[in-house]
Amino acid sequence: MVKVDAAGESSLINVRDLDKTYRRGEEEIDVLQGLNLDVRQGEFVAFMGPSGSGKTTLLNLLGGLDVPTRGSITVSGDEITHMSAGKLTEWRARHVGFIFQTYNLIPVLNAFQNVELPLLLTKLSKAERRDHVEAALSVVGLADRMKHFPRQLSGGQEQRVAIARAIVADPTFLLCDEPTGDLDRKRADEIMTLMEELVAKYHKTILMVTHDPLVAARAHTILHLDKGVLVEARQASQDTLAGGVA
Amino acid sequence: MKFGGLIFANLLRKKIRLLLTIGSFAVALFLFAFLGVVRDAFNRGADVAGADRLVTINRTSIINPIPLSYRDQILRIPGVKYITHNNWFGGVYKDEKNFFPQFVIDSDNQRQVFPEFSIPDDQWNKFLKDREGAIVGARTMERFHWNIGDRIPIKTTLYGGGSWEFNIDGVYHGKRAQDDETQFWFQWDYFEERIPERLKGLIGWYVLRVNNPDESPRIAKAIDEKFANSPYETKTETESAFAAGWVKQFGNIRFLIVTIGSVVFFTLLLVTGNTMAISVRERTGELAVLKAIGFSDWSVLFFVLGESLVIALVGGLLGLILAIVAIPVLANALNGMLPNLILSPALLAFGLFSALLVGIVSGILPGVGAMRMRVVNALRRV
Ligand SMILES: Nc1ncnc2c1ncn2[C@@H]1O[C@H](COP(=O)(O)OP(=O)(O)OP(=O)(O)O)[C@@H](O)[C@H]1O
Ligand SMILES: [Mg+2]
Repeated sequence: MVKVDAAGESSLINVRDLDKTYRRGEEEIDVLQGLNLDVRQGEFVAFMGPSGSGKTTLLNLLGGLDVPTRGSITVSGDEITHMSAGKLTEWRARHVGFIFQTYNLIPVLNAFQNVELPLLLTKLSKAERRDHVEAALSVVGLADRMKHFPRQLSGGQEQRVAIARAIVADPTFLLCDEPTGDLDRKRADEIMTLMEELVAKYHKTILMVTHDPLVAARAHTILHLDKGVLVEARQASQDTLAGGVA
Repeated sequence: MKFGGLIFANLLRKKIRLLLTIGSFAVALFLFAFLGVVRDAFNRGADVAGADRLVTINRTSIINPIPLSYRDQILRIPGVKYITHNNWFGGVYKDEKNFFPQFVIDSDNQRQVFPEFSIPDDQWNKFLKDREGAIVGARTMERFHWNIGDRIPIKTTLYGGGSWEFNIDGVYHGKRAQDDETQFWFQWDYFEERIPERLKGLIGWYVLRVNNPDESPRIAKAIDEKFANSPYETKTETESAFAAGWVKQFGNIRFLIVTIGSVVFFTLLLVTGNTMAISVRERTGELAVLKAIGFSDWSVLFFVLGESLVIALVGGLLGLILAIVAIPVLANALNGMLPNLILSPALLAFGLFSALLVGIVSGILPGVGAMRMRVVNALRRV
C-alpha cells in the first residue's frame, strides 16, 4: 500500500517535499507544496481533487515532462529531478507510458503504427516490433483492428489503442490523466477492467487522475490532492461513492 | 529508415495541400531552368569564343563597314595566323518571322578561322566551285526542312534589296553542343558582284586567329594604331570581349534574369515556409505526444525538415524533368530567335540544390519552433 509521508525503501516511486509554483506575471501560484508520495511496484493509485488542484501538474512532474520548483522525485533509484532535458527524454521513453483523456493518437497512422511509435526509439528489429505491437493490441482486445485508423475506431477503441501504445515498450509505470473522461459509463468500465487486468495479470504500476468516483474505486488507493499535498482518502471516496449511487 | 513511414504519413495528411506545394516547386524549378538556359544562351558567346580569335570592327559601330584592303595589312602584323572577313546579309526566308543569320564569307579562310565547324570535304569543294552556293547550319536545315541541292530564295532589304537565290551545297555541324548551327554562309565573290557600286570593297568585320593568345592585346593595339586617323578607324578586341559587348546590346539581360529568378525562389520560400508553418502548427499536439513518448527535440526537427525536403525534392525533380522535356519544344516554338537553348547538367544540379535549400530554410523555422515547444504547454492546449 501507499505510505504517504513515509520513507519507503521498497518503493518504486519516491516523491519528497515537492513544490511547484507557477508564475503568471507578478502573481505566483503555489500548486504543490511539500508533497510526499511513495508508490510500490504493482500499485494502482488514483488521484482525485477539484479542478485546478494540481493533479495534471503532479502527473507531468512524475512523468518527467516538467520540473518541480523544489523537492525530488526518484524512480527505481534514479532521481529524475536533476536530469538534463535530453536525459529526461530518454528516461521517459524507457520508463513511462502516457495515457491521455483525449487519446492523442496520431490520426494519419493506423492502430498498428500508433502502437509501434515507442518501439521506433528502441533497437528492436522490424519483426520484433511487429511481435510486440501484436501482443500489446491483443492485450487490449484489438488484434483485429490493426489496420484501422483512429477515425475508424470508437472512443473506447481509440483509448484501448492508446493503452496498447503506452504498454508496448513495457514501461516502469503508466500515467493516466482522466483516461475515461471522454467515455460513457460502459466504455469507462471496460477501460477500467482492462487497467485492473494490467495490474493484476501483468503487474503494471498505474498512477491515474480521475474525477469519477466509480473509476477511482477500481484503484487500490485513492489519494486526494488538497492544498498542495496528498491525503489518503479511501474511506472518504467510498462514502462519496455510496452517496453518489444512492 | 524506420521513421520514413511517419514522415510519409504526415506528408499525405492533406493531399491537396501537398500537391499544391509540390506544384509550386515544380513550376518554380521549371521557370528557373528556362531562365537559366536563356541566360546561358546569351552568355554563350564567351564559351563559343576561341581564345586565340580577335574581331576587328569599325570603330564607330559594327554596322559601319571597313575596307577589304585592310586585310593584307593586318595579315602582315606579326603573330596573325589567319584572317577572314564577313558581312551581315540580314535576309529572311519567305517571311519576316523566318529570321536566321546569313553571313557573307571569305571562303578561302573561313574554315581556318572557325575550325569548330565541320563540313564534309566533298560538300565544301562543291561550294567553292559554285558561285551561288551556300553552306547552312544543321539546325537551320532542319527548321526549314531544306535538303542539299535545294535552291533557296533569301530576301534582303540591304545591299539594294531583292530576292537572292542560293544552292545549298553543304551542311555544317558544330563540334561542341554550344556551337551555333543556325548560320547560313555564302560566297564573297557572288555578293560583291551583285551589290551597288558604292558598297563594293567594303566588308562588315574581320575575324583573325593569332599564334599565341597571350599576344592578343599587343596585336589588337597594333591593328587599331595602324588605322588610326584613317576614314575607317577600327576597334579590335578578343572574340569573348566582343561577344560580351554584343549581349549588352540587349540590355542587362543577366541582371533581369537573375532578378526574376531570385524573386521566383523568394516567393517559393514564402509559400513553402507558410505551408510548413501551418502544417506544423495544426499538429502541435501530436508533436507534443511524440515528445512525451520519448522522441527527442532533434527528431521532431528532423521530421519537419524531412517533410519539407521531400516536398522540395519531388517538386524540384518534377520541375526539372518538365524542363528537360519542354525546353527543346519551346526552343523550336521560338523559331531559333534565341541561340541554342542547352539545359546543362550544372544548371540542373544548381536548380535542385536551390530547391533543397528552399526546402531546408522553409522547414527550419517551424521545425525549430516544434523543437522548442514545451510538451506540457502544448498538451494543455489539446
Ligand atoms: N503553465 C502554467 N502557467 C501558469 N499556471 C498554470 C500552468 N499550468 C497550470 N497552471 C495552474 O496550476 C493549477 C493546477 O493546474 P492543473 O492543470 O494541474 O490542475 P488539475 O488538477 O489537473 O485540474 P483539472 O481537474 O481541471 O484538470 C491551476 O490553477 C492552473 O491554472
Ligand atoms: Mg488536469
